[in-house]
Amino acid sequence: MDILEYSAVELSAAIREGKVTATDAVEAVLARIDAREKDINAYVTVDREQALRAAASVQEKIEKGELTGPLAGVPVAVKDNMCTEGMLTTCSSKILENFVPTFTSEAVVNLERAGAVIIGKTNMDEFAMGSTTETSAYGVTRNPWNTAHVPGGSSGGSAAAVAAGECFFALGSDTGGSIRQPASFCGVVGLKPTYGTVSRYGLIAYGSSLDQIGPLTKNVTDCAAVLELIASHDTKDSTSVRREDTDFTSALVDDVRGMKIGIPRDYLGDGLDAEVKEAVLAAAKVLEEKGAVVEEFDLSLVEYAIPAYYTIAAAEASSNLERFDGVKYGYRTSSYEGLHNMYKKTRSEGFGAEVKRRIMLGSFVLSSGYYDAYYLKALKVKAMIKKAFDDAFARYDLILGPVAPTTAPRLGESLSDPLKMYLGDIYTISVNLAGLPGISVPCGKDTKGLPIGLQMIADSFQEKKLIQAAYTYEKTKRGCGKWQSNMRQ
Amino acid sequence: MAKQYETVIGLEVHVELATKTKIFCGCSTAFGGAPNTHTCPVCTGMPGSLPVLNKQVVNYAAAVGLATNCTITQYCKFDRKNYFYPDNPQNYQISQLYLPICRDGHVDIETAAGKKSVGIHEIHMEEDAGKLIHDEWEDCSLVDYNRSGVPLIEIVSEPDMRSAEEVIAYLEKLRMIIQYLGASDCKLNEGSMRADVNLSVREVGASEYGTRTEMKNLNSFRAITHAIEGERERQIDLLESGQQVVQETRRWDDAKEYSYAMRSKEDAQDYRYFPDPDLVPVYISDEWLQQIRDSQPEFREEKMERYRKEFDIPEYDIGIITDSKHLADLFEETVAICGQPKKVSNWLMGETLRLLKEKSMDPEDIVFSPEHLAKLIRLVDSKAINSTVAKKVFEAMFAGNVDPEQYVEEKGLKTVNDEGALRTTIAEVIASNPQSVEDYRNGKEKAIGFLVGQTMKAMKGKADPASVNRILKELL
Repeated sequence: MDILEYSAVELSAAIREGKVTATDAVEAVLARIDAREKDINAYVTVDREQALRAAASVQEKIEKGELTGPLAGVPVAVKDNMCTEGMLTTCSSKILENFVPTFTSEAVVNLERAGAVIIGKTNMDEFAMGSTTETSAYGVTRNPWNTAHVPGGSSGGSAAAVAAGECFFALGSDTGGSIRQPASFCGVVGLKPTYGTVSRYGLIAYGSSLDQIGPLTKNVTDCAAVLELIASHDTKDSTSVRREDTDFTSALVDDVRGMKIGIPRDYLGDGLDAEVKEAVLAAAKVLEEKGAVVEEFDLSLVEYAIPAYYTIAAAEASSNLERFDGVKYGYRTSSYEGLHNMYKKTRSEGFGAEVKRRIMLGSFVLSSGYYDAYYLKALKVKAMIKKAFDDAFARYDLILGPVAPTTAPRLGESLSDPLKMYLGDIYTISVNLAGLPGISVPCGKDTKGLPIGLQMIADSFQEKKLIQAAYTYEKTKRGCGKWQSNMRQ
Repeated sequence: MAKQYETVIGLEVHVELATKTKIFCGCSTAFGGAPNTHTCPVCTGMPGSLPVLNKQVVNYAAAVGLATNCTITQYCKFDRKNYFYPDNPQNYQISQLYLPICRDGHVDIETAAGKKSVGIHEIHMEEDAGKLIHDEWEDCSLVDYNRSGVPLIEIVSEPDMRSAEEVIAYLEKLRMIIQYLGASDCKLNEGSMRADVNLSVREVGASEYGTRTEMKNLNSFRAITHAIEGERERQIDLLESGQQVVQETRRWDDAKEYSYAMRSKEDAQDYRYFPDPDLVPVYISDEWLQQIRDSQPEFREEKMERYRKEFDIPEYDIGIITDSKHLADLFEETVAICGQPKKVSNWLMGETLRLLKEKSMDPEDIVFSPEHLAKLIRLVDSKAINSTVAKKVFEAMFAGNVDPEQYVEEKGLKTVNDEGALRTTIAEVIASNPQSVEDYRNGKEKAIGFLVGQTMKAMKGKADPASVNRILKELL
């Protein structure tokens, strides 16, 4: 069996059984990277020496029985907005072109402790602002299923790397859909946990109140295993939640009998691609056949989610990104006259267009005289959206719908019309506004051969329901297949 | 006859809190480390770092609020104040705008003009910034983030003060309260207490306030007094000459005793305040608030009242001793060991204050312990040393907290109580000073003083003057 065909959990088991070594796995991944990166560009940084050193050390510990976890020895790719000590961390921005952190983000520390091997840092939309991974300062990432299409974003590099076999699993971050949407476009599993489940310490913030780190994996089993590892209470993050129920792999049960699933009618209306709609409803039907009770309902307020999200996220981003000023680290303009001019030139040259657009938008909604009308109102909308979900979860275990209105658009199609791109987030962002967990699982392909994702949303702290339903669905083998096999044709 | 003007003053007072660690990270708050040694990713604003609130900051802020009769906001939040400056590593300061921890308080002050109450609008918690250092030689600016993240409270008064004297009385009162709480040492010269003065003038009897200016960089009571007087005159001159006062921030130059405009209201920045999403709201439960209330110390007025009842010392002494928490603690602890409040008070009022003044030190800088002061008092009581020697011993204690018993032993300062040896010495003094003996016997009482002096000299000061007197009279 080709080593790359293993899932993350299978690979680790094979290493523990002595069938392959951690070094074999890293070498296989590096060979795949050499073969595919010129087309895909999933990585900003690949650290070969470090990965091989880590693999050798992990292998030794596995052999000594010091590392026994389900992901020991498995190569992982990390989105480039998570700090990694000694390894370039750019957020795919020119302004951090030379930034090497002095500490490692908590989620990555958890992975390293469990023996996962960091291959490198994946490409993303600059500062996680975008839905296509086209706003990166280090080139676009292409969709492995069809390189004329985008991989989605902002965790597009992570999703593409998993889909292309350039790693066994990846970490992404999700502020408005940035894990789920690229997972959907690339035919992999992506999960955004309940806000506070994974520490944000070391995650370079975009919208602090919305950001969550989560896994992008080949299947639901890997997803549960990774989530189990990275979920931790962290005293360094004030918004981190102490949870006792993080044994997510215990929810890998092939059974949805009696589970109540609601499909918001609001998610099936205008703008939704017919093929996507068909695939999502077919998936619902499969779950119904497996014993779930599925019905449509009105969630309401869906149309307010986008303006509320872009107000809150941009407001927080405008402040979070102030620290990138050329004084302490990162890019500084080459010539300037005085402090003010240095700030202005550094930030004008260092940030890309989409980032500047959101900084301006965020600064505007927080400015004196507009704060109440925009920012405060958006917070009220956020609270109302949370209430709408609370009402829905009083009746349903899960909410089911599409991840995105369409499959992956062609490269260059989205950036010319940012508003249209923002509207593409309609099914994912309310989940972030309400702090809920959401998962994207592959549920077929369109006639162009591009993957379609099924989104399921649960109430806060109910990731296990998501995992159970997604696992049950996956068992029916109605996904989109593997990209690697696809390419061999 | 010129118009009569009234000065209207409100204060914004920043106080550095005496926590061991910073407000949002575990770095030391110690003053004076080598640049950027008390720093970490959090207080240098590294990407990915996150703040975690130091609970002691809330304790101190609420304690100051309770002591100044404020209402405590039991559900309070931190907000970000956004502005670009290199001493502010994130380019936003974490502060409180919408829900400050304390509101609507007051303190009572007393001046020659009488008693009055000064309102406190609010007290909020925030982080301090780093320090910029301009290197003239290299012509570049450097930044030291050791102070970045040191906890501050800002106490905002109502515009209730009318003179420099009231301002000083208000600041003295705040300082007293905060020092008694142990929440800060409140040193203006070291920057642990900083006052910005908002001042306007209006005609006596006017109901509207005039346009105000804000004065910064006031590092002493003297500077505050001079700045207030100068600014009052400047504003009156403007009004008298038909001009208008411009709302602006002015910086006081202490050397030139002059203030100049830093920025006007037109350049005022929009700080784009909003709740910090990295921090959760602070909920001060009833239990927590009660704990803070229960651990409030005895403040000065109560202490003075108790001293009047418990100790037989003059009102003047009570005033001076309770003026400093440290001095009052020293007094009470010493009395607890050796009793004799009057004698303890005398040492503090006399020698201690003299040496503090001579060395320009604050009572907080006193190093000797109550145990040692008590020992010294016992040494004098038991006539083991005389008062002249005692003062010398005290100076050594004041300088380095030496143990007076050990010091007397080591330096051989003990009074000689050997009557035989004293008699021999006195006999020798009488023999070698016949003229004085003659004078004394002829009725010149004063002559005995000379003979006592000669004896003390011969005994190297280590004799009890009363015994010398008695034996001299006996032998004569």
